[in-house]
Amino acid sequence: MEVLVCVKRVPAPGAKVPLTDDATEIDTRYLGHTIGPHEECAVEEAVRIVKAHGGSTTVLAVGPGAADEQLRYAIAMGADRGVLVDVGAAELDPQATAAAITHAIGDTRYDLVLFGTESADASHYQVGIRVARALGLPIVGGIKGIEFDSDGDGTADSAADSADSDASSDHTVRLRREVADGVEVYRVPLPAAAAVKEGLNLPRYPSMPGRLKAKKARIDVVPYTPEPGGLRKVRLRQPNDDREEAIVLGHGAAAAPAVVDTLEQIGVIS
Amino acid sequence: MSTDTSGVGSTPSTTVPSSADVVVIGAGIVGNSVAYHLAELGWRNIVLLDKGPLPDPGGSTGHASNFIFPVDHSKEITALTLESMRQYEKLGTITTCGGIEVARNSERVEELRRRLASSKAWGIPSELITPERVAQLVPFIDPSVILAGFWTPSVAVVDPLQTGALMREQAVAHGALTVSANTEVTGISTERGRVTAIHTDRGDISTDRIVVACGVWSPRIAQMAGATIPLTPAVHQMMDVGPIPELASTGTEIAYPIVRDMDTLMYERQSGADLEIGSYAHRPILHEPDEIPSIEAAALSPTQLPFTQDDFDPQLEDALELFGSILNEPGAGVRHAINGLLSVTPDGAPVLGESPEVGGLWSAAAVWIKEGPGVGRMLAEWMSGETPEIDLHGADIARFYPHQRTKHHVVARANEGFNKIYGIVHPREQWESNRRQRLSPFYAREVERGAKFFEVGGWERPHWYESNRPLVEEFGVPDRPHEWDARWWSPISNAEHLAMRERAAMIDLTAFAQFDVSGPGALDYLQHMVMAQVDKAVGRLIYTPVLAPNGGFRSDLTIIRLDEDSFRVITGGADGARDSSWFRSHLPSDGSVAFEDITSAVCTLGLWGPKARDILSATTPDDVSNEAFGFGTAKRIVVDGVPVLALRVSYVGDLGWELHAPFEHGQRLWDAIAAAGEPHGIVPAGIGVYGTTGRLEKGYRLMGAELDSEYNAVEAGLALPKVKSADFIGKEAYVAARESGPAATLCTLAVDDHTSASGIARYPQGGEPIMTRDGERIVDRKGRGSYVTTAGSAPSLGTYLLMAYLPPEHAAEGERLLVEYMAEQYPVTVARVGRTPLFDPDDTRMKS
Repeated sequence: MEVLVCVKRVPAPGAKVPLTDDATEIDTRYLGHTIGPHEECAVEEAVRIVKAHGGSTTVLAVGPGAADEQLRYAIAMGADRGVLVDVGAAELDPQATAAAITHAIGDTRYDLVLFGTESADASHYQVGIRVARALGLPIVGGIKGIEFDSDGDGTADSAADSADSDASSDHTVRLRREVADGVEVYRVPLPAAAAVKEGLNLPRYPSMPGRLKAKKARIDVVPYTPEPGGLRKVRLRQPNDDREEAIVLGHGAAAAPAVVDTLEQIGVIS
Repeated sequence: MSTDTSGVGSTPSTTVPSSADVVVIGAGIVGNSVAYHLAELGWRNIVLLDKGPLPDPGGSTGHASNFIFPVDHSKEITALTLESMRQYEKLGTITTCGGIEVARNSERVEELRRRLASSKAWGIPSELITPERVAQLVPFIDPSVILAGFWTPSVAVVDPLQTGALMREQAVAHGALTVSANTEVTGISTERGRVTAIHTDRGDISTDRIVVACGVWSPRIAQMAGATIPLTPAVHQMMDVGPIPELASTGTEIAYPIVRDMDTLMYERQSGADLEIGSYAHRPILHEPDEIPSIEAAALSPTQLPFTQDDFDPQLEDALELFGSILNEPGAGVRHAINGLLSVTPDGAPVLGESPEVGGLWSAAAVWIKEGPGVGRMLAEWMSGETPEIDLHGADIARFYPHQRTKHHVVARANEGFNKIYGIVHPREQWESNRRQRLSPFYAREVERGAKFFEVGGWERPHWYESNRPLVEEFGVPDRPHEWDARWWSPISNAEHLAMRERAAMIDLTAFAQFDVSGPGALDYLQHMVMAQVDKAVGRLIYTPVLAPNGGFRSDLTIIRLDEDSFRVITGGADGARDSSWFRSHLPSDGSVAFEDITSAVCTLGLWGPKARDILSATTPDDVSNEAFGFGTAKRIVVDGVPVLALRVSYVGDLGWELHAPFEHGQRLWDAIAAAGEPHGIVPAGIGVYGTTGRLEKGYRLMGAELDSEYNAVEAGLALPKVKSADFIGKEAYVAARESGPAATLCTLAVDDHTSASGIARYPQGGEPIMTRDGERIVDRKGRGSYVTTAGSAPSLGTYLLMAYLPPEHAAEGERLLVEYMAEQYPVTVARVGRTPLFDPDDTRMKS
């Protein structure tokens, strides 16, 4: 099973997102970078699938050279190799991002291509769908469960031992997502794509041996010049910054009436 | 009046009080402790502010690794740590787990042996243990990687946030404290060089005392008052790896000893189910106080910056080597990793005390968790007009000369010093960065003669001269066989010493700090400042202790009466900035005394030795005979056309003078003395002679070594025959000390046998414990252990001397004791009790 996971390098801000003076960018001078929670789940799922079925996990990012850090993080979690589509510092819109990914994939065949359901910063919900369409793959979004029909054949370990990537193309994958009144399950022929959602699994922390492996792992850099045009960001705006403060309602038993009043006010009791 | 502050859910008052007796900025461990101890000492109307929320306002206290290794080579830091441990203990916020510093190489094993001497000197039980014993204490360590361990059972972890909360609670219970969290300081007002008010986003507070306990933000807050606090925020990387079943199964925060992997500059400690790994091995990563992100903008907290993996990568392998068995555990991941900010100062010591730049502005910065509570108490005592129980001269904010307060200097030394935090630092080790700041006018001549420069107060001072190497053979000076003993030392110093004793030496003393004190109030002012009688005839000079209010030493220096109302004060370069600040802060407000720091206007050349008079008289038309120019007097003479203030005084015990000249005449003065001295075999001599060998033979005391505020003049053997009638700082305590007698007396000891177990001669370097012949630690009735305050050669006596305070039962000439050095014990004998010199006890040489 060859699995590709697409991740995006995004800033990791605190409660308040600092903006540059011209309000066109997030001010990342004092921020670290990360991948979004959905994508962490995608990497975790890929690593588990490969452990169970054999094959390998490739992780791909479109971004600046520094996105190397996020690829190595994913490798430290257990991915096998990284591909960095180096587009420089420019921020790409979903269409250009999808084109870059499609270009980088080229003729390489993956059984499963995983995305986060949305990026952690822009949240366009588009890249997965655009790539899947370009590659002619079926895709389902908001996925919180991935199962292979072969999973019933035995335990994960024995399945891994008998894995045969050539045979995997015969498999289908069941993709599960939660909807308002229940669960939808899609049975999709491989190769396929899925956009997954936080809650799919509990992503592991990278191990120390994993970190060391990631440090030495190979990252293939694919240069790519995006086409001009597409969406353009005008500016960013901070939501209103209201300072919140705790209020002490009282001490000991004397505080009880005030607590009850407050609980009533906010509708917790009536 | 007071506000509940017992933790989360407390209400910061919406406005701050309009006035306060003192405002403490910063509710980390230090600020809380200062506020609490001020309240304990009776202060009221205390306001404690923090920009962040409580109980964790987001400073370094909130992310510190919270462990305490009490043993440090510094007496001051160790004392602050032990006092802090007592406070944590009292508040029930300490958990003792023990700690081991492990050595991977033989140089570190030696350092651990040296550490053992410090632990004994300061009274902390520690022992050297084998790798097997280390593995018994910490079963998941790989003992094959290490050579030895330094085991200190009292090592502990503490909860500084809880400690702070309890301190606030108690101060509030006293009705002494108002706490205002989420309150940003926006400005500090000053008038006539003193603080008058603090401005916040919740209102203004008029106050004449402000404590800056703001950790990494301290420089920025001090700047609001126009003052500097010389420190820089620097990154200390740490990560948590887990869950590790072996740790989780203990069901507790810490069940195993903490390990400091000294050679990789790392530590590892259990933190619940995780192993926390910290590093000081990475490149120095310095930040600007103004550029630390706000609480809102920070992902974790302002002082927990994004982890930079590349910097830590080399440490991963080191950690895996030592703790592979648990770090390779499947399922154990890096759960948390930060670039934590801490404060680094130019010399690595805290920055405490009232700013010499702005009155009423107190610094309580660059303090580790292990020292926080103790610093709070000392500062509160200091602010209350008392002498802090622990001598703080090494941490005093006034120790910095102006150039040492610049960002240029702070950054240079922080970059250089960062990796010394776990490094092996020789007691004489010199800094390499930002040197050549202050050069005497003799500098070019000294360079020509191959001077080896040591730094004091930014001055470059020759420690010895390579041009004197032939003297080593001439005088048959032995070398020191062990590299550590010989590091930052040369046998040339001893040769220079012998040449001085036989012929003459010229010594650059330009690093002296010099103050002119004049005006109608000058005499009364100086009488008040110092212990000895200042009211002497014009032209007389005196040596005098300067006492702290508790009767301990603040300083010691020389005063010359230049005229009825005009005096010159000359003090050591190491303490000049502190002395300047102390003297200035006590000037009368009526303008009757003028105080001028003339350090930069004067150069000083010492000329001593039996040939000194022959040499000086060859350069001057003035009469420098003993009859015309007696010992203990000052005269204005002319040396080769240069106007010179000559002082008949000596710190090396030989005939001669200090020659003080206008700075720009310096080179001419040097050349004149050198030329006149040549036929007499004069040599340039370095501070190795002036500060150690010559001084030790004469039993002269050095501020910061023998003299500090924990010892009084009676104990130091510096009490005078009579107490002057004039009142002076420390007089009451001095009189009491004379009556009660010394709890310990400063003695000079000779090392009887230097031979180590390996058969080579070893030389203690200072700081070692003095013990009885049975190997018992010696402690006086005030609880002070006996340790070596200065160690060095006495070339003219053919011996090696140590100075140490000894309690009465051991302060007897001929008493046989031991000194412990590098985990071996050497026999010593008390050669002198008190101040009478071993060399030329009657001072006939220098008075001839």
